[in-house]
Amino acid sequence: MKANNRALLVLEDGKVFEGRAFGARKETTGEVVFNTSMMGYQEILTDPSYKGQIVTMTYPLIGNYGINPDDFESSKPWVEGFVVREKSRIFSNWRGEKSLEEFLEEYNIIGIEGVDTRALTRHIRLQGAMKGVISTCENDIKVLTEKARSCPGVVGVDLVKEVTCQEGYWWKKEGNYRVVVVDCGVKYNILRELSSLGCQVWVTPADTDADSILRLNPDGVVFSNGPGDPAAIPYVVQTAKNLIGKLPIFGICLGHQVISQALGGKTYKLKFGHHGGNHPVKDTRTGKIAITVQNHGFCVDVNSLPPEVEITHINLYDNTLEGIRHHELPLFSVQFHPEASPGPHDAKYLFKHFIELMEGKTDA
Amino acid sequence: MPKRKDIKKILIIGSGPIIISQACEFDYSGTQACKALREEGYEIVLVNSNPATIMTDPDMSDRTYIEPITPEVVELIIKKERPDALLPTLGGQTGLNIGAILAKRGVLERYGVEMIGANYKVISKSEDRKLFREAMRGIGLDVPKSGLAYSIQEARKVAREIGFPLIIRPSFTLGGTGGGVAYNIDEFEEIAARGLDSSLINEILIEESVIGWKEYELEVMRDKNDNVVIVCSIENVDPMGVHTGDSITVAPAQTLTDREYQKMRDAAIKIIREVGVETGGSNIQFAVNPEDGRMVVIEMNPRVSRSSALASKATGFPIAKIAAKLAVGYTLDEIPNDITKETPACFEPTIDYCVVKIPRFTFEKFPGTDPTLTTSMKSVGEVMAIGRTFKEALQKGLRSLEIGLDGLADPPGVSSLSSNDLIQKLIIPNAERMLYIGCALRKGMAVSKVSDLTKIDPWFIENIKEIIEIEKKIKDFTRKGVKNIPASVLREAKQCGFSDSQLARLLDTDEIFIRKMRKEKKIRPVYKLVDTCAAEFEAYTPYFYSTYEMEDEA
Repeated sequence: MKANNRALLVLEDGKVFEGRAFGARKETTGEVVFNTSMMGYQEILTDPSYKGQIVTMTYPLIGNYGINPDDFESSKPWVEGFVVREKSRIFSNWRGEKSLEEFLEEYNIIGIEGVDTRALTRHIRLQGAMKGVISTCENDIKVLTEKARSCPGVVGVDLVKEVTCQEGYWWKKEGNYRVVVVDCGVKYNILRELSSLGCQVWVTPADTDADSILRLNPDGVVFSNGPGDPAAIPYVVQTAKNLIGKLPIFGICLGHQVISQALGGKTYKLKFGHHGGNHPVKDTRTGKIAITVQNHGFCVDVNSLPPEVEITHINLYDNTLEGIRHHELPLFSVQFHPEASPGPHDAKYLFKHFIELMEGKTDA
Repeated sequence: MPKRKDIKKILIIGSGPIIISQACEFDYSGTQACKALREEGYEIVLVNSNPATIMTDPDMSDRTYIEPITPEVVELIIKKERPDALLPTLGGQTGLNIGAILAKRGVLERYGVEMIGANYKVISKSEDRKLFREAMRGIGLDVPKSGLAYSIQEARKVAREIGFPLIIRPSFTLGGTGGGVAYNIDEFEEIAARGLDSSLINEILIEESVIGWKEYELEVMRDKNDNVVIVCSIENVDPMGVHTGDSITVAPAQTLTDREYQKMRDAAIKIIREVGVETGGSNIQFAVNPEDGRMVVIEMNPRVSRSSALASKATGFPIAKIAAKLAVGYTLDEIPNDITKETPACFEPTIDYCVVKIPRFTFEKFPGTDPTLTTSMKSVGEVMAIGRTFKEALQKGLRSLEIGLDGLADPPGVSSLSSNDLIQKLIIPNAERMLYIGCALRKGMAVSKVSDLTKIDPWFIENIKEIIEIEKKIKDFTRKGVKNIPASVLREAKQCGFSDSQLARLLDTDEIFIRKMRKEKKIRPVYKLVDTCAAEFEAYTPYFYSTYEMEDEA
């Protein structure tokens, strides 16, 4: 191993993983999480929800098909660091244009390979999510452990302001329904799905207030996915509160947590979060199961919700809350990602459901 | 939905004698199904002509008939036993064909036997190539250009329309028997005649060649509530043109982006619904043009297949067992995942290792057989290896073949091989092609050139090149002194699947010496779990594979 390639990943409890750096050479901190998707690393890297996190892929062979111009979920990668077992030396795919390594280097993100990612995943599963540091500059484990411990992490931190757009913009100007998307760190595929169903899509910064949104005269509002702790963004919750009942609302992931809070619900941190593309979720009304895409470290407490809220979706892995609707008002939200990308398309039907809600053809 | 109470006695058809394309995989599935259904309290009647199977052990069923698996004999058994249901999807193609014939002849109706798992309509729609192609076009999926023929004259006409090379596939046969690839009219005449002869309904499909395209398989499960899951994706290292049973295959797919994989997954779900498999597993094959990503559907087996046995072992998801339970009315969310216990079988396994399957050939036992690999299956068995990298799994697999290999070694007689001969060995698919690839890379042939000649994806070739590079690195120490090998180099070699005997061969020393040196350097194997979920949940009844990593779970 060449000296300048050596990299260390140290967790806040002092656990050390040694590997080789690729991409940038630097030091970075964040919450260490694992993702169990076997494909889709490009979408994962560019998902703004990963702001503040060091992502470990449980599938050991990563980078095989490179990076292509189409599969971006935002304009750039957001992960703080990327941990893999083996980074492919070459990439092979007709759409591939650059290697994973070149991509990370370009955006000054550090990757570490050669790590026993299964050991790391088991450690997180057993000990819970924890903060960590990847470094190519420091060898002292004590120093690194301290750095991991003292980094801000994600609890109570407003990461949305880091990833939301600075100014509103049209994603698509023409369409049958005008939808305003509150950008808490929106994935492009939410916007693609809405526009493919004929929506006019305006994306607005997360701190836009309800009046400004209503002035745009939308047919519906979507609260998007995004990073971090839902309890750290009371301003978005306030916007949701002021909009509820006034027009159809659809919440996804962080957006679901925002809406739940606006309805009086509470959120809590999961032990190690859900990050992957294979979680079975049951629609309690139809009994049908969708294999869903998940990416969240926090969850809404079922017992904290008021009686006018109905539970529509449940995770069959751990029975956590996955979706709600309001009995009287045109509003529904889901914890998982119907936009997929990466992952199965089973839950795409929810976008159509939102259109029907705006058409007034159905209740939530 | 609970299990069905209106059926009590179920007839299961085994796959009969071991033949090429139908070997012990189907005994494995059949045994699992018998066990699963008996566990549920059903009375099982089994027919299988092969007494050397586990499924015919006395405690596997309530009544076992070791009789020829012909429609006539099975009819007699039905007459005598009067089962309520027939489960034809676990005995390979034999079981499915017999089920179809009994249904067509009205036997099942006469005796009030319900076909479960798949019915006649499903079997016809998937097996009859014309119906299948029409069904695929109907749901907007692409298929290779093709035409059907029932005589040599018709066959010639279709061939002229599409142009060479062509693939000839007879309908209703086993393992592609009687099919083949024709590059010119002489070859075509011969294969077409043979194909017409071997088809139960004298029908052949003549198809646009997608030879050289990337080949994929998905293992799909569906329950009566229309929940569908993909158990496993498999990528063939050998591209289209080599029968899947004769290809080296890898799970999961390695060179597809998520976007392309999801397109394939969506297609697979559409297909199982369209063909109408109400409960159970299916195997669906796709080809993808490496130049532009055009994806075409190749075929579907509405039954437990050879690949399902592999997918079961590769993921820890017991396809045949679950298929049997779905056939009697359970839904996926009602069946627990045996390995995690707390999560249901309604999920898609995710794995954190690489699985390589390598076919085993015994051409020496079949004198006069052409050892070229084509669309007719010729291998007699297979090995499966698990590693944390493709390199590790590949080398483990090569050793497991028990043909005297200690890893990726040179094939016999390679020293006298001219470079032209070597090129031929790369172009024409053969049993030792992987070894010849190693050989070409050792001689300095570029990855892109090897890939051009073999049509094997450069990603795989690059990985083989990495093995060759480590081999060179190791060999250098015969000069520098074996004792001077740094632990890091030795560890890297072990992580890439090098055996001690292989290292000894490269270093001109003996295996015991390497083993001792390795232990001194504290390089020992660890054991990791196959747990269906990439460590996301605790596993209770998992199994292990060896590898060289930090943590040992055993």
